[in-house]
Amino acid sequence: MTEITPAPDTDLRPPRSQWLDVWDQFKTHRGALWGMGFFVVVLLAVTIGPYLWTIEAQFIDIRARNQGPSFAHPFGTDQLGRDTLSRVLAGGRVSLAVGITAMLLALGLGTLIGVIAGYFKKLDGPLMRFTDLFLALPLLPLLLVIIMLFRDTLRAAVGPETGIFILIVLIIGITSWMQTARIVRGDVLALKEREFVLASYSIGTPARRMILRHVLPNVLSPIMVSATLGIANAIITESALSFLGLGFPSDFPTWGRLLFDSTDYLQQYPERVLWPGLAISLTVLSVNYIGDGLRDALDPRIRGR
Amino acid sequence: MFNYTIRRSLLAVPTLLLISLIIFLLLDLAPSDPTANLPLTIPPEVREKIRQSLGLGDPIYIRYILWCKQFFINEPLNILEHIFGWQIGGDRLRVLSWQTRSPVVDLIVQRLPQTLWVVGLSYVLGIVIAVPIGVISAYRQYSWFDQIGTFISMVGFSVPTFFTGVLLIVIFSVWLGWFPSIYDTTHQVTDWSSFLVQVKQMIMPVSVLALFNAAQISRYMRASMLDNLNQDYVRTARAKGVRERIVVLVHVLRNSLIPVTTVIALGVPQVFGGAIITEQVFKVNGLGQLLIIAIQGGDVPVVQTLTFIFALLIVLFNLIADVLYGVLDPRIRYD
Repeated sequence: MTEITPAPDTDLRPPRSQWLDVWDQFKTHRGALWGMGFFVVVLLAVTIGPYLWTIEAQFIDIRARNQGPSFAHPFGTDQLGRDTLSRVLAGGRVSLAVGITAMLLALGLGTLIGVIAGYFKKLDGPLMRFTDLFLALPLLPLLLVIIMLFRDTLRAAVGPETGIFILIVLIIGITSWMQTARIVRGDVLALKEREFVLASYSIGTPARRMILRHVLPNVLSPIMVSATLGIANAIITESALSFLGLGFPSDFPTWGRLLFDSTDYLQQYPERVLWPGLAISLTVLSVNYIGDGLRDALDPRIRGR
Repeated sequence: MFNYTIRRSLLAVPTLLLISLIIFLLLDLAPSDPTANLPLTIPPEVREKIRQSLGLGDPIYIRYILWCKQFFINEPLNILEHIFGWQIGGDRLRVLSWQTRSPVVDLIVQRLPQTLWVVGLSYVLGIVIAVPIGVISAYRQYSWFDQIGTFISMVGFSVPTFFTGVLLIVIFSVWLGWFPSIYDTTHQVTDWSSFLVQVKQMIMPVSVLALFNAAQISRYMRASMLDNLNQDYVRTARAKGVRERIVVLVHVLRNSLIPVTTVIALGVPQVFGGAIITEQVFKVNGLGQLLIIAIQGGDVPVVQTLTFIFALLIVLFNLIADVLYGVLDPRIRYD
């Protein structure tokens, strides 16, 4: 019978995973915690909020138009008597959906190109020149041009709402992957020189498994940080497009569109721009704070202290 | 360094040609018809003739080469003639706007001063605000000044300019009535009172953009100062008894400004792009508004030329940033 001898006291500490350490460090960043809390609240509000606040966002009550805040309409109503609170909730749904999907698309593209460029030496030059070319394109003018060109075609093909959603997500995703690709490529290049990669290479690991098993998990931290920046960027770009009148149509509210529509009534009802504007600003602020906290928490040089 | 500059400039030429080709091809896909806004009474064959006169009948590569010739050869020659009063050759074809039938470059020259004043002033102002804030924030890290400074820069960096702009209009022109909400570009500065009116209408657009720029630059400034403050040369300088003011303002500041200068150079084209939105908020009829009108009207030559000028700015300032970095930091000379 073999008996397990108890290890010395120092080794008895419960095992800690890396992510627990990261969380501990993340918790020390006050702004990041607040940002996380706020972002979760916003996410919950736009997902389950419309079930609790049951007024339809499109419901027109023309007798109750242009009202100030009241119990029936906490945020007031617009020029057609539509409830602003439910419109802000519905708009948030679209804005956040656009932000998150566009971020995922940009992240996927950026990671793919970054990993391939960093891992395969032959493709490095062409892919990075390609990235430089994209970085040299004037993005906002091009986004506007592309929307003008393809809006009607897509609208006819898959319906007005899905069409514009797909278009906006696609163009934001396609035009914002470059930073991620550059960061990932740099990290992959550094990783390739490490001993464990050499060891893995020497036992004949194929490239595909090498990338999935050894490279990708180790470049996860820069990817996560650029994910947060990507959400913030996508939300701002979408609202900017809607604000220029080239995003979603008026009957399909997003935060940017609501802000744009409210600016027509700036002289008479100046308080109306407040809600969508605050929603965009606070969400982006909270996401940026989460990014700041994540960057600190994922940096091993800072985490140790 | 000189060789490097030459090589980079030469490399920029194919990049720019490629970008112009991409923009051209993208615009060529446009289903928009330049004659769509004309009265419906025009018979189809006349309509077709109008299209031919706009040059739409030619194959795409001829139109592209023609545009290149007009933009890269004819227009620079025109500008030279205009500046020096020379006469080079006879009449040249120019890039014409479909909406106004006037040369695109003339339209741009008309719009440029407004954009340059608002955007340029706000960028300079942003830098002037950002550098001291970054320096003090880093020097007194975690002090109340640093806490407030980083918070404000985070807010300025997160809140989009179209919301800050609208908010300023609500507060200062709707509620307080101090400043006009619409920028009047026909306003002429002739005497002191008209100068004051000009200043009043510029305050809001400039401060919106300045806040945004200052927020970004001060973050870089702070990070760069923090990097340098812990360096050995700072300890050496202090150890040999250099006064603290000189250590910070001469030794550390000069070294920290190196990366910040490149960030500032790289930011210039983005500011032009971002100004599209601010111009729209305050109704400044600058380059951004010209672009929006042209896009809405399907005015392909204007969109093509303006978008390409934005691309030109990006490539140019990337080059400037790279060369500046080498000039300022002797460790990074690319020889």
